[in-house]
Amino acid sequence: MSETATVSRPAAEATEPRRRGQVWRRLRRNRAALAALGVIALLVLFALAAPLLAGLEGQDPTTFHNDLVDSATGGVPFGSFGGAGAHHWLGVEPGNGRDVFARLAYGARVSLAVAVGATVVQIALGTLIGLAAGLGNRLADTVLSRAMDLVIAFPELVFAIALMAIVPDGFPRPVLLALVIGVLGWGSPARVVRAQVLSLRGLDYVSAARLGGSGRWRIARREILPGLAGPVITFALLRLPVNVASEAGLSFLGVGVRPPTPSWGQMLSTATTWYEVDPAYVLLPAGLLFVTVLAFTVFGDGLRTALDPRAASRLRVGTRRRAKD
Amino acid sequence: MLRFLLRRSVSTLLVLLVLSAVVFLLFYATPGDPAILACGKGCDGERLAVVRHKLGTDLPLWQQYWHFLQGLVAGRDYDAGTDVTHCAAPCFGYSFQTDQPVLGMITSRLPVDVSLTLGAMVIWLVVGVGTGVLSALRRGGITERLLTGLTLAGMSTPVFLIGLLLMMLCCSWLGWLPFPQYVPFGDDPAAWASNLVLPWLSLALITAAAYARMTRSSMLETLAEDHIRTGRAYGLSERRVVTGHALRGALTPVITLLAIDVGGMLGGATLTESVFGFDGLGRLLVDSVNHIDLPVVVGVTLFAAFFIVLANAVADVLYAVADPRVALA
Amino acid sequence: MTERLLVDVRDLRVSFPVGIGTAGTGTVTAVDGLSFGLRAGESLALVGESGSGKSTAAFALLGMHRGTGAEVSGTVRVAGTDLATATDAELRRLRGNRIAMVFQDPLSALDPYWSVGAQIAEVHRVHTGASRRASRARAVEVLDRVGIPDAARRAGAHPHEFSGGMRQRALIAMALACEPEVLVADEPTTALDVTVQAQILDLLHDLRQQTGMALLLVTHDLGVVAGATDRVMVMQDGRAVEHGSVQSVLRAPERPYTRALIEAVPRLEARRSAPPVSEEVLLRVEDLHRHFPAPRAAASAAASLSGPGQAPGSGEPSGEAEETGAPAGRPAAPSGGLGRLLGRRPRHRAVDGVTLEVRRGETLGIVGESGSGKTTLGRMMVRLTEPTSGRILLDGRDIAAAGERELRPVRRDLQMVFQDPVSSLNPRRSIGDSIAEPLLAGGTGGAAARSEVQGLLERVGLPAAWYDRYPHEFSGGQRQRVGIARALAVRPRLIVCDEPVSALDVSTQAQVVQLLGELQQEFGLALVFIAHDLAVVRQVSDRVAVMRRGRVVEQGDADTVYDSPQHPYTRRLLAAVPVLDPDEAAVRRRARAALRALDRSEGGEEAQAVA
Repeated sequence: MSETATVSRPAAEATEPRRRGQVWRRLRRNRAALAALGVIALLVLFALAAPLLAGLEGQDPTTFHNDLVDSATGGVPFGSFGGAGAHHWLGVEPGNGRDVFARLAYGARVSLAVAVGATVVQIALGTLIGLAAGLGNRLADTVLSRAMDLVIAFPELVFAIALMAIVPDGFPRPVLLALVIGVLGWGSPARVVRAQVLSLRGLDYVSAARLGGSGRWRIARREILPGLAGPVITFALLRLPVNVASEAGLSFLGVGVRPPTPSWGQMLSTATTWYEVDPAYVLLPAGLLFVTVLAFTVFGDGLRTALDPRAASRLRVGTRRRAKD
Repeated sequence: MLRFLLRRSVSTLLVLLVLSAVVFLLFYATPGDPAILACGKGCDGERLAVVRHKLGTDLPLWQQYWHFLQGLVAGRDYDAGTDVTHCAAPCFGYSFQTDQPVLGMITSRLPVDVSLTLGAMVIWLVVGVGTGVLSALRRGGITERLLTGLTLAGMSTPVFLIGLLLMMLCCSWLGWLPFPQYVPFGDDPAAWASNLVLPWLSLALITAAAYARMTRSSMLETLAEDHIRTGRAYGLSERRVVTGHALRGALTPVITLLAIDVGGMLGGATLTESVFGFDGLGRLLVDSVNHIDLPVVVGVTLFAAFFIVLANAVADVLYAVADPRVALA
Repeated sequence: MTERLLVDVRDLRVSFPVGIGTAGTGTVTAVDGLSFGLRAGESLALVGESGSGKSTAAFALLGMHRGTGAEVSGTVRVAGTDLATATDAELRRLRGNRIAMVFQDPLSALDPYWSVGAQIAEVHRVHTGASRRASRARAVEVLDRVGIPDAARRAGAHPHEFSGGMRQRALIAMALACEPEVLVADEPTTALDVTVQAQILDLLHDLRQQTGMALLLVTHDLGVVAGATDRVMVMQDGRAVEHGSVQSVLRAPERPYTRALIEAVPRLEARRSAPPVSEEVLLRVEDLHRHFPAPRAAASAAASLSGPGQAPGSGEPSGEAEETGAPAGRPAAPSGGLGRLLGRRPRHRAVDGVTLEVRRGETLGIVGESGSGKTTLGRMMVRLTEPTSGRILLDGRDIAAAGERELRPVRRDLQMVFQDPVSSLNPRRSIGDSIAEPLLAGGTGGAAARSEVQGLLERVGLPAAWYDRYPHEFSGGQRQRVGIARALAVRPRLIVCDEPVSALDVSTQAQVVQLLGELQQEFGLALVFIAHDLAVVRQVSDRVAVMRRGRVVEQGDADTVYDSPQHPYTRRLLAAVPVLDPDEAAVRRRARAALRALDRSEGGEEAQAVA
C-alpha cells in the first residue's frame, strides 16, 4: 500500500489479515456494491431454488398450455400482461403457453451456470497460460504472447457461432456453451496474469529468493502466486457479466441453448416476433438479464476499487511522490 | 516506415496463414460430410462421389488446404466432370448450396456492415469520449455520479436488448420511426439514414459506455501527471491545461481501441443485424452455420479475421503518429 | 526594511486530509508555522529530510495547494500579491511570470506530446500576449541561454529526445521565459547524475548572478546547499529548526538536529581505518560482457501490455551524453539488408568487457553514473543476470555459464542487498518469513530457522519480536536492515550491495553504512559496494573501480584513485562532488568552469564520440 510504504508504525500490530479487513471495510462503505451483492445473492437463490419455486407455483418450464393462448391470432396469451394470474404468476409464453415464471427461473440456472462455467474455464486457462508465459523462457513467452494477441483480437462471437456449428448434436449444449465461451476468452486473463507475473518477477524480492536458493517452483508458489490472487479475482468477477451476456447473445442468435431447455436469450429471440402484442414477454427476460449483468458489473467494479484504492486517491497535486510497489 | 510496413505485412500474412489453417482444419476435419449437404436431397452414391470430387473433399486434408490457398492466390476451378465452375482470383471458396462464389456473397453484404459500423462509430465516439472527459473533469460531483451510473447501465445492456427495446419504443409504441429495413445509401440517402438510426444507437450504446470508462480513467491518469502540474504552475488556464495538454494524452489510447473495434465490427455486427433483420456478414455467418455451408463459414471467418489483423496494423501506425515517443520499428 | 520583500511568508501552515479508509479522517500538518522572506537577488535553501514539509512549503509559494483539499493558513505574499486573497486569474498571472518553478523530475514535468520549444513558447505567449513567432524566438533564446547547443533546431525536439540534464535545462529555460523575479527549484538535481548536477547548479548560480532573481532551492542534500545559496533554513517536521547564512549554519550549527544532518553527510575526505585485508582472491571476473537488445520505443499497440523485458539493467540508459544532448541508448539507424529490415535490433552493451577481482574480506567500491552498467555488473557477479560472455571465477571455478542446478551449491556464498527497500521485501510475507526463506529452502526446520532469524534480527538492530510484522510497517532504513539480515542468513562470503543507501535519508544512510562495516568485520565478509555517490563509496571501500559506459575506466586502491585520479572521467566526477564548505564549493565551481572551457576548446571529443 503506497500510503503506508514509508511510514513506520511501531505500535500497530497490523498483519496481513488486517489488509484483508481493510478491503472489506472499504467495500462495505460502497453502497452500490453492497446492493449489487444483495441482488447477486437473490439471483443465485432464484436459480438454485428454481424447481422449488416452480413447484410452489405449481408449474414446470416445459409443459405446453395451448388452451391459454389464442390460436386465432397465432398464439397471443389470453388476458392482460401475457396472461399473468394466480396459476401463471408471470403469464405464459405466446405461441405454446409455457409458464414464463418457471422458464425464467430455470433460465437463470442456465444463464448463471454457463457464465460461471465459462469464467472458470477462461480464468483457469488464462492463469495457466499466463503463468507459463510469465515464468517460462523467452521462446515460450513469445509464442504464448502472440497466441494471446490472436485470441484477444479475434471476434469471439464469430468464432463461437462457427464452433457451435461443428459439434455433434448429442453434446449437452450448456456445457458446450461454457466450453466455447471459455476457450475463446482466455486471452485477456492470460495477458493480465502474464503482466502481473512479469512485474512481480522483476521485483527484488524474487531475485532475493533466487539467491537464497529457492527453486523455480518454490518461488512461483511462495512469492508469485499469492500476488496474483487479487487481480485474478477481480478479473473473474468483471468477466462474469460479460459471459452472461455472451450466453444470452448466442442463444438469442439460435446457436446457443436449444429448446426445450429454457434460456433468457432464447426467450428474447422468440420475443422479437411478439413484442407488439405481448410486451411483457420481452420486458421480463430483458429486465432480468439487465439486472444480472448490472449487478455483477457494479460489484466487480466496487471490489476492484476496494482492492486498489490508489486509483481513487492518486490525485493530490503538489506533494505527489512516486510509489514503487 | 518502410521497415515497419514490411515487417508488419509479413507478420500479417503469417497470422492469416496460421489462422486459415486453424479454421480450415476445424471445419473440414470435423465429422459430417459437406458433400452430403451440398448434394442435397435424393442424392445417390454416384452423384455423391461427383460432388465430393468437385468439392475436393475426396483428397487428403492438406491437399484440400493447399488447393484453398491456391484458390486465394490464383483462383481455382471446381471440376465436376461435366461442368466446370470457375472461381476467380481471390477465391475464398464456392458455396454449392447457393451456387455462388463465397467472395461475392461477402462483398454484397459488406455495405450493410460498413454503414452500421461507421455511423455507430461517430455516435459512440462523441457520446463515449464526451461522457468520459466530462465525468473526469467533474470528479466527485453529482454529474460524475450520474454519468458513472449511466455508463454502468450502458455497459450492462447487451446490443440485442437495447435494440429490441428501442424498436418497441420508437417504432411500435411511439411510431416515430419505421421498422428498420436496410436501404442502400446509393438508392436513397435519407431513407438509408433514417432506417439506420436505431441500429446505430443500439450498436453504439454499449461501446460508448466502454469508451466513456476508458476515457475517464485515462483522463484522470493524465490529469494526475506531473506535466499537468507544470502547466498549472506556469499560469496556464485550466481550460488550456485540459484542452491543450490533458486531452491529447488521454485520447491517444482511444485510437488503438477504436481501430480494433471498427475492424471487429466490419467483420460482422451479428447481434445488431439479427435484431433488426439486416442481411450483413454476421447473419450470413449464422445462416451458413445453421445450414452447415462450410465454405461460407470459412470464408466469412477468415474475412473477419483479415479486418482485425488489418485494424491492428492501422492502430499501430495511428498510435505512432499520435505519440511522438513511439517509433515505428 | 530598506528593500521590499519579494517573497514574504509568515506563519505558514499547510495540512492535508488523510485516512481514506483506515483510521477515519484526520489531517496531517505538513508545514507548521513557517516564516521567511526573500529579497531580489537573494537565495535561500530549504533543507530537510523526506517528510519535513519543504516541498509543500515551496508549492505554497505558487498557490499550488488551492483546490486540492489542503488547508493553508498564514500569509504568503509574492511580489506584493497576497496569495490567499488573490483571484484565480491574479494567481495565474503570477505563476510562471513573476515566480517560476523548476521540478524534480524533468521528464515527467514536460508534456511528452509537445516539442520543448512549443511548451516554452506557450508559457511566454500566455503571459506576454506576444505573437506566435515572437514567442517561438523567445523559446530559442532562453534555450540557448541555458546552454542547449543548436537551440534553434533542438527547440523542435520532444522531451524524450533529450537527456536528463538537457531536460532540466529546458525546464529552467521555461522558467526563464518571462524573466521571473523569483525562481523556486524543488530538488532540481535529485534525479540527475553528479556531473550533471554540478552543471545544473552552476547554471542556476550563473543565472542568478546575471538576472538578479531570487532563488528558493528545496533540497534534501546539504552538500548541494553549500555551493548554491547564501542562506539556509533547516526544516524538521514542518518547522524551521535553524535559519541563517550558509557559512554560519554549515560551519557552526546551533541545533543538534542540524549538527546530526551535517555529520551524516558522507565526505570525500573521510578515510577508513581498515585492517589490512588478505590478498587472496575470492571472486574474479574476466572480460565480462552483457549486451541487451537496444531499447525499442515502439510498442505494438496490440501487445502494449506486455511487460518489461527482464533484467533491470535494460532500462538503464540515460543521461550519459549530456554535452551533446543526444538521447543516450537510442539504437543507431538501421542500415541495409532485408535481415536488418525484418529484425535484429542493435545491441546495447550494458557491460562491455570488465575485468576485476574481489579479495577475501575486503570492500570493493564500484562507482559510476546511471547507465554505466554498475548494477548489471553487480547482478552478474551473483549470477542473477546471465553474462553474454566472459568468465566469473569463484575460488577459481568458472560459474559464468553454470545452470541453476550447478549454481545451487554456490548460491549461498554470493548474496545481494538491493537498492529499493520497497520492492526488496515481499509485502505478503512477514519479514521473519522472508529472512527465513533461504534457510527453509535449504532444509532447516521451522523452529530452528525461527530462532536463527530472531538472532539475525537482533544482530542488525531490530527487536526479535518483530519477526511476524509485515514490510509496510517498517521505515526504509528498517527494511534495508531486514534485507541485510536476509542476505546474512545463509552465511555468505560475498555480499553485493547495490546502492544500498541511496533511497534513504542521510542520517539513516550513515547508520546502515556503519552496520555493514560492523558485519563485515564480524563475519569476515567481502563486500562489493555499488553506488553513484563517490563520498559514500570512499567511506567504505578498500579498493575502488570507476565505471563508465560499461567499462571500468580506472581501478585501484581507494586512496590512490581519489587522491590522484588518472582518468579524465574520474577527475571530472570528483570535481563535481558537492562539498559542505561554502568557500571550497566556490573554488570547485571555478575549477569546473575552467574544465568546461578546456573541454570546449578541445572540440569536445565527447560530442563526436556520441554523435
